[in-house]
Amino acid sequence: MEIDAKMVEYVAELSKLRLSEDEKVLMQQDLTRVLQYMDILNSLDTSAVQPLTHVSGVENVLREDVAAGSFGRDKILQNAIAVEDGCFKVPQTVE
Amino acid sequence: MQQTAKELKAALAQGKTTAAAATAAYLEEISKYDGVYHAYNSINTAAVEDAARVDERLAEGLTGLLAGVPIAIKDNIATENLPTTCSSRILEGFMSPYNATVIEKLAEAGAVILGKANMDEFAMGSTTETSYTGITRNPWDENRVPGGSSGGSAAAVAAGLAPVALGSDTGGSIRQPCAYCGLTGIKPTYGAVSRYGLLAYGSSLDQIGPIAHNVEDCAAVLSVIAGYDEKDSTSAEGVQFDFAAALNDDLRGKKIGLPTNYLGEGLNPEIRAAILAACEKFTELGAEIEEFEMPMMEYAVPAYYIIASAEASSNLQRYDGIKYGYHPESFTDLEDLYLTTRSEGFGFEVKRRIMLGTFALSSGYYDAYYQKALKVRTLIRQAFDAAFAKYDAIISPVAPTTAPRLGESLSDPLAMYLSDIYTVSVNLIGIPAIALPCGFDSENMPIGMQLLGKAMSEETLVNLGYAYQQHTDWHLRTPELKTELNTEIEMQKEAE
Repeated sequence: MEIDAKMVEYVAELSKLRLSEDEKVLMQQDLTRVLQYMDILNSLDTSAVQPLTHVSGVENVLREDVAAGSFGRDKILQNAIAVEDGCFKVPQTVE
Repeated sequence: MQQTAKELKAALAQGKTTAAAATAAYLEEISKYDGVYHAYNSINTAAVEDAARVDERLAEGLTGLLAGVPIAIKDNIATENLPTTCSSRILEGFMSPYNATVIEKLAEAGAVILGKANMDEFAMGSTTETSYTGITRNPWDENRVPGGSSGGSAAAVAAGLAPVALGSDTGGSIRQPCAYCGLTGIKPTYGAVSRYGLLAYGSSLDQIGPIAHNVEDCAAVLSVIAGYDEKDSTSAEGVQFDFAAALNDDLRGKKIGLPTNYLGEGLNPEIRAAILAACEKFTELGAEIEEFEMPMMEYAVPAYYIIASAEASSNLQRYDGIKYGYHPESFTDLEDLYLTTRSEGFGFEVKRRIMLGTFALSSGYYDAYYQKALKVRTLIRQAFDAAFAKYDAIISPVAPTTAPRLGESLSDPLAMYLSDIYTVSVNLIGIPAIALPCGFDSENMPIGMQLLGKAMSEETLVNLGYAYQQHTDWHLRTPELKTELNTEIEMQKEAE
């Protein structure tokens, strides 16, 4: 798989990353090389194989809904950029 | 200050030292040597007070293998009282609102946290050179890498700046630094140790585990940190390791598989010789070694990097510059805040893996890459299941070379990824593995081997490793440390 400059920009946009021109060139080279190497997987016939997303075999872990203590608000807000009235303050999201 | 946790426990029991005195001595060693090696990102300035409280508990009858034992913690494990940064600018100064479950368990057991150990940024790397806080040097040769991503944890133990440490292993990040630094480390079965409070890289692959001088200390740490945790929904129920019965050198009836294709092209001949010599030692100890061919070897690295990067791209979406972490001085709107935070906060290797993973999960490529890798993962598991039907363990190299020189690895990401060929399968299928020293190369750098077992076979692996260490002395060797860097030699080497 060859990654072109347009694909680098598209994936960067999906990844919420802004790359410099130098980074774009390097990323294009690196991703192309790595993905070309990964194409070795295509030599395996997996048409009858089930995917393995998780090894633990655990599914839908449930517990009783019991009231319990939580972190204090101060703890949760201690790393925030901006706080107002005990809430995270964010830039305007809706015009 | 080279001592094992067990030796320190003996000194505490005999009244030769106290936890507070031992902790103070380690802090002194750190101040003397860590300027050179940079094993730590941050130091627990309250460690001596913490230790004094453990001394009181010891006086009141506290027992246990880690009571009063200082420990270094990899900087991707959340601690309430020390920063948790993943060696990334995006988490510079981050204070977790809670402790990881392993930290709570260590505190309860009376272990004393010395500080947070350096690592590759978000555990992405094999050398600790992708750290935002600077490189860590290998105590055996300050011009070489300690390995990664748990390079700080390994360097701390190898340099005697902690008797034991916690690392994390997503694709070899405990085992490979142990091999490079002459140490013993265990990557536990997936689900055996709670991941609650381990800052996520590849959630289906990550496990916390011990790094120490020997198998016995690793077993002590693992027995404290393992166990079911309802806060980790992938935690395995009913885990309770009892290693006491495994600490013997009786290997009669044990069958170890040696995959001959693991010893082929690409493996340093000195490492091959060391692995074969270890096989002879196991035979002497009563185990049976059988050669076999392990299929799927060449598919593990590509499958691993697709899956790990895909999970990383999803996990690292949380770093948005709002709730915590790095935030830029100025931005125009919300979108610009996201972009600027992430672009300035992440290093290039992290960006590369986010991009790779996002691509593998993107519409149009999901089936060809991510789904394909998950199917290959099934095939890899089937291959190992077949091997473990025949063998109690598989013996393997940890890395194709001994520790590379600083600056040699990062320029070629594919070559760096390929160096993980012996370690990543273990994580893909969630089995345990123990890495331990089995020799030194002609430049006096440590060589490691690993023993792989089926899920929850930690006690068998500890038995094998412990028996080997009762009859070898590789794990007893320690490096000669420097208190300052000889920059002249380094500059000469660079000029060459």
